[in-house]
Amino acid sequence: MNFDFSEEQIQLREALVRLLDRGYEFDKRKQIVGSESGMSREIWQQLAELGVLSMALPEAHGGAGGNAVDTLVIMEALGRRIVVEPYLPCIVLGAGLVARAGSDAQRARLLPRVAAGQHLLALAHDEADTRYELASVATRARADGGDYLLDGKKTVVLGGGAADTLIVSARAAGEPGDPAGVSLFLVDATAPGVTRHGYATHDGQRAADITLAGLRVGGDALLGPAGGGTALVEHAIEHGIAALCAEALGVMSVLVDLTSSYVKTRKQFGVAIGTFQVLQHRLADMLMRVEQARSMAYLLATTVDSDDAALRRRVTAAAKTVIDQAGRFVGQQAIQLHGGIGVTHEAPVSHYFKRLTLIGLTFGDADHHLARYSDLMARDG
Amino acid sequence: MDLRYTADEQRFRTEVRSFLDAHLPAELSAKVLGGKHLTRDDFLSWHRALHQRGWSTPNWPNEFGGPGWNAVQQHIFDEECAGAGAPPLLPFGIRMVAPVIMAFGSHAQQERFLPRIRSGEHWWCQGYSEPGSGSDLASLRMRAERRGDVYVCNGQKTWTTLAQYADWIFCLVRTAPDRRPQQGISFLLIDMKTPGVTVRPILTLDGDAEVNEVWFEDVEVPIENRVGEENQGWTYAKYLLGHERTGNAGVGTCKRWLQALKRIAATQRAGGRPLIDDPRFRDRVAQVEIELMALEVTNLRVIAMELANQAPGPEASILKVQGSDIQQELTELTMHALGPHALPYQPAALEAGYAGPLAGPAWAVPVTGRYLNHRKASIYAGSNEIQRNIIAKHMLGL
Repeated sequence: MNFDFSEEQIQLREALVRLLDRGYEFDKRKQIVGSESGMSREIWQQLAELGVLSMALPEAHGGAGGNAVDTLVIMEALGRRIVVEPYLPCIVLGAGLVARAGSDAQRARLLPRVAAGQHLLALAHDEADTRYELASVATRARADGGDYLLDGKKTVVLGGGAADTLIVSARAAGEPGDPAGVSLFLVDATAPGVTRHGYATHDGQRAADITLAGLRVGGDALLGPAGGGTALVEHAIEHGIAALCAEALGVMSVLVDLTSSYVKTRKQFGVAIGTFQVLQHRLADMLMRVEQARSMAYLLATTVDSDDAALRRRVTAAAKTVIDQAGRFVGQQAIQLHGGIGVTHEAPVSHYFKRLTLIGLTFGDADHHLARYSDLMARDG
Repeated sequence: MDLRYTADEQRFRTEVRSFLDAHLPAELSAKVLGGKHLTRDDFLSWHRALHQRGWSTPNWPNEFGGPGWNAVQQHIFDEECAGAGAPPLLPFGIRMVAPVIMAFGSHAQQERFLPRIRSGEHWWCQGYSEPGSGSDLASLRMRAERRGDVYVCNGQKTWTTLAQYADWIFCLVRTAPDRRPQQGISFLLIDMKTPGVTVRPILTLDGDAEVNEVWFEDVEVPIENRVGEENQGWTYAKYLLGHERTGNAGVGTCKRWLQALKRIAATQRAGGRPLIDDPRFRDRVAQVEIELMALEVTNLRVIAMELANQAPGPEASILKVQGSDIQQELTELTMHALGPHALPYQPAALEAGYAGPLAGPAWAVPVTGRYLNHRKASIYAGSNEIQRNIIAKHMLGL
């Protein structure tokens, strides 16, 4: 048993932190968020050159063969700067899926370009009625000769506006809610039949609603086994949740730092408000929540690569519950302890709060995951 | 990073488990698991069984006759013992006074006391709190006046756990009343049989007599029973408190209580189905199981820090607060799982061998008392408010 990060992981983190300290100050981030594309290709290129994009990809395709602990190191550092570039949708979800499920040809075609920062992926899975139930896919895939015809509407596709290739889930058999019958397809995002409506999310990131109308893809677009899409998406979302937990750690750590610094300098009644015990204890509670969240992020990062699907499911639900409950408390209290300045656009704390709030709504909120854990506990003891 | 136990650690777990299988008497573990009262003899017989195997002082280094286990091994040992229903090893001798004697005691004190703590010959209790000195421990007033080669002690200690069984008590006493509170305290080892020592039980809200007042009236303590320097006792006291807090997560015991809660919730019926199938109740069980999962990893992180020779720091305060919160939530949920069966107060049925009439199922008997009793968990060993002060000061710089 050990909680140590490897030499390589420590070096990677230091290099990434240096890069972001230099190139991702708060004002720079504001410019990026306000730009038309909502991401900086320059930063993305730098992340590629540093090996951040390729870290967890297979060595045979330009990657470093890393695991979820490497992703944790990266996501925590990205969280500390609330980086808006699409690491989660493109690398963790998209490239992770291609690496796990893709044929050699698919991997060779996509992964080296993704690792080089020249190609973006996104997972187009959720639909209007999905909420957090992964099997409720209504998008249809009709076999037509050796091809497929895809029809349906995908909502809130993270990074979907900028993506070059979409991974689309579609149903060839069964009804929404049935885990069987769903397959994944690699879709050129600019193909005729694909319409994208891109928009910003409240945390300054980007997403898109995507309509597929009679979209024809070849048989070689099928990613993973026909009908095996739900299990693949579930595992991808588990990796996504592990990454979000790590990102939330970075976000929460900064919020505790910002808030404890603020109460040391803000004076009322002639003294720093940090001398008030009621605020000291609130901050102590925030810090304890972060440490419990850290434990769960570590536990999930060391579990999510496991072949034991039941274990993964349970730890994922537990971790997201703890992280979201902690995130809600830490975020709300950080704003509260900042007082009026905390609810302004000018204060960094409000931007960290927004990211944390949206993490809590992504891939299932605390209520969803607690209920899920509770059901698994009822079944397995 | 790898949170799995190594092959060596798993082998060690197997070794502990085989020992428990072979040497923990079934009737003793039945008492522990059934929440019965443990007698002095119950504690001591188990202590002696461990002593025979060389395991009665799991936290001690080899040089003082301990097994020399690292922090992970100690954790595995604690977890296995708790899971099997072994009587707890009381901390007062092994984990509290012994580390102080090892670090600050004279060679003669080490020779005299440590082997007797190990064998169980000396049962120790803790003389820290006083009626006017709880969280503000440094304000303590028990006096020790030097007269020739003895200290004459007068005063009162309180909340002294199991003092009624103890042979010795370690006390913080005031030896220099004119100095600042922290600078006039000494650390004395006092034989409970000395004339002038009186133990009076304090009944707690569950009807139990686990804690006591200990009164000292002109009690003469030889000077050689002072640990370390005169008036330096506060340093030793803080050293001891650091050791006390690391043991307070109670993960192993909480796991056992959680399993018991699930069993009870599966047998109790609510609205025509087992209570555990009521989503509202089951979600509360799920919530505490998840929090316990996080606490276990946090505990392991602190253990890993100890393993890397980083002294247990303020992180131990997190374990204390979270651990006591979870203990209290588990005892409360178990009580609620019983519903009306939680009402009967049946102290006689807590004694082993009770064969009289019972209201409700036997396993319901200790549940409410345990809830009532564990309100103490957020108060003792540095109240959770004091722990938050420590976190705010030492981890946040406030």
